[in-house]
Amino acid sequence: MLEITGLHVEFGGLHALNNLDFTVEEGEIVAVIGPNGAGKTTFFNVVSGMVKPSEGELIFEGRSLLGLDPNKITARGIARTFQNVRLFNNMTVLENVMVSQHCRTHQRMFDALLQTRRFRTEEEQVRIRGQEVLGFFGTRLTGYRFDQPASMLSYANRRRLEIARAMATSPKLLLLDEPVAGMNPVESAELTQLIGKLRNEMGFTIVLIEHDMSVVRDISDRVVVLDHGEAIARGSYAEVSANPQVIEAYLGQTSDGN
Amino acid sequence: MTVTGEFPTAQSALPAAARRRRLLDQDWQKLVRAGAILAFGQVFIALSGMPVTFDRRLLIDPILSLGYLSLLWLPLVVGYWVGREQVLEGMTAYARGGRDAMAGAVAGLLGNAGLTLLVVGITHFDIRDPLVNWSPQLLEILEFGESVWLGALIWPVIGAGTGALGGGMHWASSRISRTTVIVLLSVFGTAVLESVITDLTQGFHIEAVSDWLYGPKRGLTYPAAIVVAVAAAGVMTGLAAFRDSSARAAEAARGERATTVGGSGATRPRWRRIPTRRLVNLVLAVAAIVVLPLFLGRLTNELLANVGLFILLALGLNIIVGLAGILDLGYVAFFAVGGYSVAVLTSPGSPRFDAEIPWFGALFVAMLLAGLAGLFIGAPVIRMRGDYLAIVTLGFGEIIRVLLLSDWLSGTFNGAQGITNIPGVEVFGLATVRGFEPRSVLYLVLVFCAIAVYVSWRLENSRIGRAWMAIREDESVAEAMGVDTVSAKLMAFVTGAVLGSFSGAILSAKVGSIFPHSFAIIVSIVILVVVIFGGMGNIAGVIAGAVVLIGVLGGPNQPGLLQEFAEYKILIYGALLVWMMLQRSEGLIPSARRARELHVDEMNQDAWLRAQVVADDVANEGGNREKGRP
Repeated sequence: MLEITGLHVEFGGLHALNNLDFTVEEGEIVAVIGPNGAGKTTFFNVVSGMVKPSEGELIFEGRSLLGLDPNKITARGIARTFQNVRLFNNMTVLENVMVSQHCRTHQRMFDALLQTRRFRTEEEQVRIRGQEVLGFFGTRLTGYRFDQPASMLSYANRRRLEIARAMATSPKLLLLDEPVAGMNPVESAELTQLIGKLRNEMGFTIVLIEHDMSVVRDISDRVVVLDHGEAIARGSYAEVSANPQVIEAYLGQTSDGN
Repeated sequence: MTVTGEFPTAQSALPAAARRRRLLDQDWQKLVRAGAILAFGQVFIALSGMPVTFDRRLLIDPILSLGYLSLLWLPLVVGYWVGREQVLEGMTAYARGGRDAMAGAVAGLLGNAGLTLLVVGITHFDIRDPLVNWSPQLLEILEFGESVWLGALIWPVIGAGTGALGGGMHWASSRISRTTVIVLLSVFGTAVLESVITDLTQGFHIEAVSDWLYGPKRGLTYPAAIVVAVAAAGVMTGLAAFRDSSARAAEAARGERATTVGGSGATRPRWRRIPTRRLVNLVLAVAAIVVLPLFLGRLTNELLANVGLFILLALGLNIIVGLAGILDLGYVAFFAVGGYSVAVLTSPGSPRFDAEIPWFGALFVAMLLAGLAGLFIGAPVIRMRGDYLAIVTLGFGEIIRVLLLSDWLSGTFNGAQGITNIPGVEVFGLATVRGFEPRSVLYLVLVFCAIAVYVSWRLENSRIGRAWMAIREDESVAEAMGVDTVSAKLMAFVTGAVLGSFSGAILSAKVGSIFPHSFAIIVSIVILVVVIFGGMGNIAGVIAGAVVLIGVLGGPNQPGLLQEFAEYKILIYGALLVWMMLQRSEGLIPSARRARELHVDEMNQDAWLRAQVVADDVANEGGNREKGRP
């Protein structure tokens, strides 16, 4: 589904990503792990179009993503969440998921001004679809919460709304940047289950960045380990966690004799 | 900033009932600071020339002129301010009393000592060179035409008196102090708005009222001032009585109903409701707006037409700044495009096109050109953000004005001579709108304001409106969520430009002539101030802002209700804006969103409390307990 070859990203001489190859098959859940500063978020930024790579090729469903603006990439079917929750805080919960259907809707300004049939039916559809997406998270984001500003949500609910907002763009590939960061164990176990459901029931292909190894172990089909912008290991969780290079990247080099 | 001063430690040990303070138990540091601020303010007002300029403008016939009033109001405000005390939750407030009046008196005394210094200074030194108003005229006013000694001594006494009055407001019950303020404002209002009130009474054919109110030398007559004061006090008392009785009725009704545990916040499921009462109010307001101009005189209609022109501009800018969050400092460009398009196309005196196109045809062209201008100005700045964008738009606003003024294009725009002889608007053979019939202009403006309100309202609640808001919130995230930010921002520019061009087109037909200097940068600034002052992103707020600022103070080239203040308009604009940003940064009538943006912390705390209540309710019902975090 997504094929990335020879990806280089430089920030003024610093190699954030170095000759990265990466593939995702349809229906997979791939976890990207690595120590801080390994280039994980940069990798997401490149795939979602927010950072332009200096070299390399990104093919999504047989067509290149290079040079496309983020909104075009979203329209092609890749949606993402952000590590440091970036909701539209002063818009309501429902508006957050309505605005992200922008690229799937077609009304023009004149439709809104003249209140045409197209405008009304589409607004209704957008609203219903938004409510459906929020309903995926149980009752947490529904009911009176529809009309609450996003800034009033609890932290965990904001994370959920971020995922909902990405889902509302009707993507094929979902990029989740540390979806359970800052959650307590109960919440994170619940969200892990939910991510599984996203794949099994909604049919999204998922790439996620995660630091919480229990989450990675529970849901990922494959794990890719990044360090200094390079992929140092790939494979199942068991394989990767036994890889000495990975242990070294996380814990530092052991000194001789110890 | 000393905490001990505000809450004396010796006092806090006393029992609550005894929290009473002696007259001299003051926070002296605070009083000296307030006095210094007041002194600066008074000297500033004196040297700004207001007392001299307004000396001849009588407010209440023999006693008070606007000039003296300009030196009287500030001690009153500062006196009130020093008496103000924040009562923290859970603490017993001090008993209010003579001490508050004393505080005001001290601050007033110290502050007006500034004027004493000024009197002495003017008698001994001459620095008229930098300070134009450092003049014998000012000295004469400050001396009350008597002697230096009187002038030097009386001002601190006056300051102490007015300051004590201001501080004493805290002493009186809130009802009395509120009534006093309203009475003072009513007398001041009736006196200052003399020309408008005269105009109104002529409209309703009750000239006798204004003849009786105002003396031959302008200004309220002595007895009229007393009658106005008594009437205002009577109305306030009546209102208070009415409110009391309805509050008692509501109380009784509440007693019958069972009290809910969660409070109003928890029981109200939706944030925004549109009650039918609001709809009825809307219909009444529209009816009033349509009927009222028939009764208003020339002056008032003219004034309202100017307000309408600025409402149009402000609504247009509101789309760009308030909704899409693009700080455009060159909005006047679109105003100019609208005005000049109509002028060039309709005037027989325009140098290039002597074909006279009817106004509505020209308006259509003006819209197209303004839309194009929106694209041209928008396209290069669309990739910029924040400060850079603001500076570039500022530049574009100036470029348009300079082009209109230039020799290069004088073949079309006639340079500094401008275009004259612009005919009025023929409304399909039914009526003619001309500048010398302000009522017709007002109706034309109202129609376009209605269009602008409709457009703003519909767009706000649509796909493009949501996209604009998302861009305002976080542009890069909006883009990542599939919003085509480039086209959305261009649409904001184009829509705002077209609304602005309406205003320009009407201005052309109204004034009958048009000059480049009407489109100076100050116009952009004033429109922006209107939007910010009224409440960014909110239609009602923007309209209120235009009514208050343009209606009361006047536009950059248009007189307002307070015509006397025309010279000091920009000064007052500035002062108001500073005060507004400090005290109420969300504007007069804030949009719900904007208020949220600026008070996120408080709101979050409320939400957290509410969540706790909801969680408790759920727990009480035995359901799942929400794991809410603040």
